[in-house]
Amino acid sequence: MITFNNVSKKYGEHEIVREVSFKIDPGEFISLVGKSGAGKSTLIKMLTGEERPTKGRIIFGQYEVNKLTNKELPELRRHMGVVSQDIRLLSKKTAYENVVFAMEVAGRPQREIEEVVPQIFDLVGLSTKMKHFISELSGGEKQRVAIARAMVNRPDVIIADEPTGNLDPINTWGIINLLAKINELGTTVLLATHNKDIVNQLEKRVISMEDGKIIRDEEKGKYALV
Amino acid sequence: MLTTLYRIIKYGVQNFTRNYLVSVAAILVLFLAVIVFSSLILFGVVGERAIYIVQDKIDISVDFKADTPEDEMLGLKKSLEELAEVRTVEYISREEALAIFKARHEPDSDIIRAIEEIGENPLRASLNIKAHNPRDLSVIASYLNNVAFAPIIETVSYNQNYLVINRLVRIIDIGRQAGFLLTIILAVIASIVSFNTILLAIYSSRDEIGIMRHVGASNAFIRSPYILVGAAYGIFAAILGVLIIAPFIHFISPYIDVLIPEMNLWSYFMSNVFTILGYNLIFAIAIGVISSFMVVKRYLRG
Repeated sequence: MITFNNVSKKYGEHEIVREVSFKIDPGEFISLVGKSGAGKSTLIKMLTGEERPTKGRIIFGQYEVNKLTNKELPELRRHMGVVSQDIRLLSKKTAYENVVFAMEVAGRPQREIEEVVPQIFDLVGLSTKMKHFISELSGGEKQRVAIARAMVNRPDVIIADEPTGNLDPINTWGIINLLAKINELGTTVLLATHNKDIVNQLEKRVISMEDGKIIRDEEKGKYALV
Repeated sequence: MLTTLYRIIKYGVQNFTRNYLVSVAAILVLFLAVIVFSSLILFGVVGERAIYIVQDKIDISVDFKADTPEDEMLGLKKSLEELAEVRTVEYISREEALAIFKARHEPDSDIIRAIEEIGENPLRASLNIKAHNPRDLSVIASYLNNVAFAPIIETVSYNQNYLVINRLVRIIDIGRQAGFLLTIILAVIASIVSFNTILLAIYSSRDEIGIMRHVGASNAFIRSPYILVGAAYGIFAAILGVLIIAPFIHFISPYIDVLIPEMNLWSYFMSNVFTILGYNLIFAIAIGVISSFMVVKRYLRG
């Protein structure tokens, strides 16, 4: 479903990602681990089309991401649900409006929106707080809204870039369990993290990065970086 | 399609109303640009009128010799009228010239008495020639200086006044060019200031634009509500511009009347109010829409 083929990314003379190649099959849960600056976020940005590789090919389903024009990128992004550390919710809207917004901009009909959105809030465990404004929610709850928004258009993959970076341990596990549950329902999950406990406890495939290179790719791997 | 249109309008209205202070600021700046633009139109009209009045006073006067038969004078008049450069030719017979002279000097009985004592009409028949363009007066003067007309023409005024006429023509040209240049410069400044205000207005929505991209909204869908709001700024600013400038024109119109009696600015404004509103709308909507388009484009890269 996702293929990185000999992908490199340079900023000036500085090479952030170096000749990275790997494949992700549908339904997998992958932890992408590495220290800060290892190239995880750049890899994810290249997958979502926010950055272009200097070299190599990135295939996502039917799309060759590195060749897409700015006009074609929105269509690609509708197949992805992205969750990031900085959450990126609209603070002037309620939790419900934030999720509805994602469906409206994707052109979903009103009837479908009214049917699906409550189900998604049920899935993320926030049914009772749908009408709350974002400022009235805790960090963990905001991240759940972000996951609900990422999920609502039924993407092929959830890409979570350090989603628990700003959360306490209880909320961290709440979010990780939610991502695992989404994966069990059939959605591919790509989780970028440097949290050792999460990676070790998940017992899923782990791709480890260091200095822009993949140094390890293991099924049921562990966090092995020092 | 209708759903998309409804959502674009909904987001546009939300942007406009939720950031109402920013909207008011943008409308006020655009309104100032509209005031500059309307003033340029109106003072352009006043300037053109003033130039036209000066231009209309520039003519060539041909004095005929005393014994020239009337049919030859009328023949010259007819041939002048056939020239492409000539706008009007007015024939003033000796009798008419005397009547005009008497009327002009009526209060001065000594002059009138002196004329009557001469016993005969000392004035000459003449032609007053006006050109479409004062620049063409030299062409007409050359035509009149043709030797064929020498037996019937006493004097051609252009030959005595051409330095003054040329200077006036140059002043008119410079006046027109300066007015045009000033219009362009002020319109550009007003546009740049308005663009920057709209840039700041949309800057506050950059997170929202980022999130729209993040969730896969098409560029056209992201751009449309902002373009709609830019057009709305323009519409409000244009209408406000006409409403505010109207009493100002009413106030200054009598003063313009004193300077240019042939010009009534207030009645010109009232009879052209919808045209001026139309120009203002085109100007303000264009600035609003183009600025919004360019600003959002900056946030849509990558």
